[in-house]
Amino acid sequence: MRNFYENHNANVHRAVHTLSQEATEMYENAREKIARFINAKDSAEIVFVRGTTEAINLVAYSWGLRNLKNGDEVLVSLMEHHSNIVPWEILSKINGFIIKYAKVNNDGTLNYEDFESKFSRKTKIACLSHVSNVSGVINDVKRIAKVAHEHGALMLVDGAQSVPHMTVDVQDLDVDFLAFSGHKMLGPTGIGVLYGKKELLEKMAPFQGGGEMIKEVSFSQGQDQCSISWNALPWKFEAGTPNICGGIALMEAVKYLESIGMAEVLKHEKVLTEYAVKRMQECSKVTLYGPSDLSLKCGIIPFNVEGLSSHDVALFCDNYGIMIRSGFHCAQPLHQVFKLQSSARASLYIYNTREEIDRFVEVLKEIEQV
Amino acid sequence: MPTVEDYVARIEETCGEEKSAIVTFKYDKKDEAIARISKKATLKSSISGIISEFVFQDISFRVFSSGKAIFKGIKNKEALHEILSALLL
Repeated sequence: MRNFYENHNANVHRAVHTLSQEATEMYENAREKIARFINAKDSAEIVFVRGTTEAINLVAYSWGLRNLKNGDEVLVSLMEHHSNIVPWEILSKINGFIIKYAKVNNDGTLNYEDFESKFSRKTKIACLSHVSNVSGVINDVKRIAKVAHEHGALMLVDGAQSVPHMTVDVQDLDVDFLAFSGHKMLGPTGIGVLYGKKELLEKMAPFQGGGEMIKEVSFSQGQDQCSISWNALPWKFEAGTPNICGGIALMEAVKYLESIGMAEVLKHEKVLTEYAVKRMQECSKVTLYGPSDLSLKCGIIPFNVEGLSSHDVALFCDNYGIMIRSGFHCAQPLHQVFKLQSSARASLYIYNTREEIDRFVEVLKEIEQV
Repeated sequence: MPTVEDYVARIEETCGEEKSAIVTFKYDKKDEAIARISKKATLKSSISGIISEFVFQDISFRVFSSGKAIFKGIKNKEALHEILSALLL
């Protein structure tokens, strides 16, 4: 990021001068790199956005606004982050379509039978997180995508918690849209990606209007109006000056993750998760949530401590320099499934160690004395 | 004339359970703020000097040595401001 701002800082696709050419090359190289990272067919399928939330909103407003109508159905699971619920709820109030919510089992796993039984010819899109941001449960999105396509529906996957942690191959999964964020995968905040199949993106109208996303804005004096044509993919969806440095920094994060290998990243997290769960089970007042079969999940561990609110637990941990989330984690419906008022959440990544887990458990044992 | 804002950097409402408010004291004023609270409120319990549970005007709240406090079940921001005024000023 420092290199970009010190040596190459200019707008992209705007000017003929050297700095702009350098910035453009770096930014488009980032797009290429990220396309290969998720095995997209074409870098034109990679749209830079602010993050997962904006990516889903882009699909909702660009595709949903024009393709969903009264009588149609959108299928969403109850384990979704609010960012994969609220845009559809807002849009349903405008377009009058129905949202069907697929059930989640008591252990946090997806109820596949319920999800699949809710598909019909009215279903236009199914929206599912690849990994739950609360329980860490990994969903078989390939299975759901197959069923969606059999019913003529599209498949949108929230990959915010999967792309940073495991190999995600959009062609193998055969999903139509995949959304993910840079800040969850060692990149900066304010940058994320919407992957969309090229043939779908081609048919979609722009999400926002402005510079860069147009090919031509031609004013006809005779008719007193402008005639506008859109830019090619993916720039049709990138109105205004993009987060150039963010895109380039995300490329560097991807390079770093690839240097480790995504299989190794996942393996490290699985080992740490098993260790953390085992150690946390030593704490008599700690209740863990999620499936007991740890092969079904990755490094997200929701829990509560008897007699304390999740915020008390998080503040106590904070005193020791241990940062954990507390509350609903933007997934209130899933907490209702778990019959929880809130939860604390320990989450693990490649930089965490066994020693840190030991320290965390020591602190949990102290908290139990409160 | 000191104000609550002299001591408090930020107040955030939490999500989940009964509505709680997390008060973050200004870093350079946190020790003074905790000392003032300790003088006025009744200490119910304390763990390792890290977390202290106080009662003040029938309101129970926890203060953390990192300079944060959590108040539960407070009606609104105005009510919280009144309590903080009574505790800090």
